[in-house]
Amino acid sequence: MLAIYRREMGAFFTSGVAYVFLTVFYLISGIFFFNGVLCSGTTDVSPMFSSMFYVVMFLIPILTMKLLSEEKKNKTDQGLLTAPVGLWDIVLGKYFAALTLFIIAESIVFIYAIILSAFGNVVWQTLFGNYFAMLFLGAAFIAVGLFISSLTENQMASAVASMVSLFVLYLSEMLVADFENGGTFKKILFKGVTALAFYSRYMEFTGGMFSLPSIIFFISTAFLFNFFTVKVLEKRRWS
Amino acid sequence: MIEVKNLTKKYGDKLAVNDISFKVEKGEILGFLGPNGAGKSTTMNMLTGYISSTSGQVLIDGVDILEDPKKAKSNIGYLPEIPPLYIDMTVDAYLNFMFDLKKCKQPRKKHLEDICELCKISHVRKRLIKNLSKGYRQRVGLAQALLNKPPVIILDEPTVGLDPNQIIEIRTLIKQLGKRHTVILSSHILPEIQAVCDRIIIINKGQVAADGTADEIAKNISNEHKMTLRIEGPTHTKDDKTKIADALRSIDGITYVRADMEREKGIYDYDVETDGKTDVRRAINKLCAEKGWNILMLQLSDMTLEDIFLKITMSEGITASDSSNAPKLEVKVKDGELIASEKTDDNKEKADAETAEETDGSENNGGEE
Repeated sequence: MLAIYRREMGAFFTSGVAYVFLTVFYLISGIFFFNGVLCSGTTDVSPMFSSMFYVVMFLIPILTMKLLSEEKKNKTDQGLLTAPVGLWDIVLGKYFAALTLFIIAESIVFIYAIILSAFGNVVWQTLFGNYFAMLFLGAAFIAVGLFISSLTENQMASAVASMVSLFVLYLSEMLVADFENGGTFKKILFKGVTALAFYSRYMEFTGGMFSLPSIIFFISTAFLFNFFTVKVLEKRRWS
Repeated sequence: MIEVKNLTKKYGDKLAVNDISFKVEKGEILGFLGPNGAGKSTTMNMLTGYISSTSGQVLIDGVDILEDPKKAKSNIGYLPEIPPLYIDMTVDAYLNFMFDLKKCKQPRKKHLEDICELCKISHVRKRLIKNLSKGYRQRVGLAQALLNKPPVIILDEPTVGLDPNQIIEIRTLIKQLGKRHTVILSSHILPEIQAVCDRIIIINKGQVAADGTADEIAKNISNEHKMTLRIEGPTHTKDDKTKIADALRSIDGITYVRADMEREKGIYDYDVETDGKTDVRRAINKLCAEKGWNILMLQLSDMTLEDIFLKITMSEGITASDSSNAPKLEVKVKDGELIASEKTDDNKEKADAETAEETDGSENNGGEE
């Protein structure tokens, strides 16, 4: 696992994906930080975090798009799958590499916090709460992206499909927003969709609430999709 | 060392590999020979655990590749048809990665140096793989397969894309490896297999069509013998040719005669096949003495691997429905028939062509004289 993790980390930087990802992430989070926090004259970083949901949603597919699709296309998966390593090692090695890069990107908020501390007292509880919320959100999204990457040989298809799936997950909540007070069917639909919602769960954190069930939800999603990815690799071997 | 039992692979309805069984002993170099699409790569992918088999079993050093894949795979070094190289890495970085991936226990620096020396890539270690030529990429792929000194090395068409010098180098290397490792390599290049391998398995349409050394296969696959005769007739014309060919055909034990090109002026060569039981040389000699012809040459030609390969792979004799154990004999018979019929067709065409050439030739000669 460690060998794959190290190689993936190296590949992020040699291929330039890491630079693009980090630059865009820093740039946009910087804008949100400036607009939402500094200009509003507050030391509460929640407004920035709530806007960052969209950035995470659109940037994570860039991170995960080539993780498995390129291996398949270049037939390098033959090297991995015939080496004495398990499928979980392969998948988790790649998963944690992407997660590490995401954490590097996300940790920029501590620099923002230092900047903030020059102007007043930073609300550290909210900052950490949001930091971890975003971390687990990213963890879940990366697993989804990795799974989609395992389904195709084409990087672009993988990226677009991941973005669309995450976007649909986000929009689905808006679609059923009116259903809460409708008939039984509508209620069931509403409950079902909101139970799988990423957005409102994430928003709970930016509202100042640390919700353990949501953290568990994100972690289970991550686990589930990594499991699916392993199954996809296994199935390909058996087909 | 490697044991394959009734290995079968189906892709949907398509039978890619049909009930292959063989064993490879330690220190043996086994060659997989077969036309494109015969199932060589599929078999190798199953041996290395890249894909699973539909049914059957692969044992590497007694370990089932599907039951304990990690242990079995740690005994294999595999060079697939397309080397699994990450082209944006340097050779060094890539080999280090594979070193870690294969959990090698050897001292890293020394081991990598040895392997690079062996594959002659020491001078390109700092270069990016994407800037290397096909031949060097192939060698890096080979180096990767040799990491950790696995007891079993499986090479899928290792010399494709190399220049003649490199091919010779790689062959020497494989022979060298065969002393300490068990090697399986596939190829559709006959001389390569013949030069390198102790044993040959010919695969056609997903089945083992022949198994043994080149000589054994030659003996098994055909019990007929070929010879080339050059006989001088009395008139030095084409009439001789038909007369002699007909007379030869009438000899007991000769199954097939084909008049070949005009080698010397007015003298023709004849390709003769016998049933292999009777020695027809004396009978031919007697015939020629009686008729007053002169035998200028008699050459026995045993079947080369190439003949065998063509014989096996060109025929439709081996069908998926044959169960592989029993029908070897049957196959031969079928082959024989098929080949014979094809050959007669060829013969007619050639004969026509020859007549055309001959008329041209005589005209020219006449002009000169």
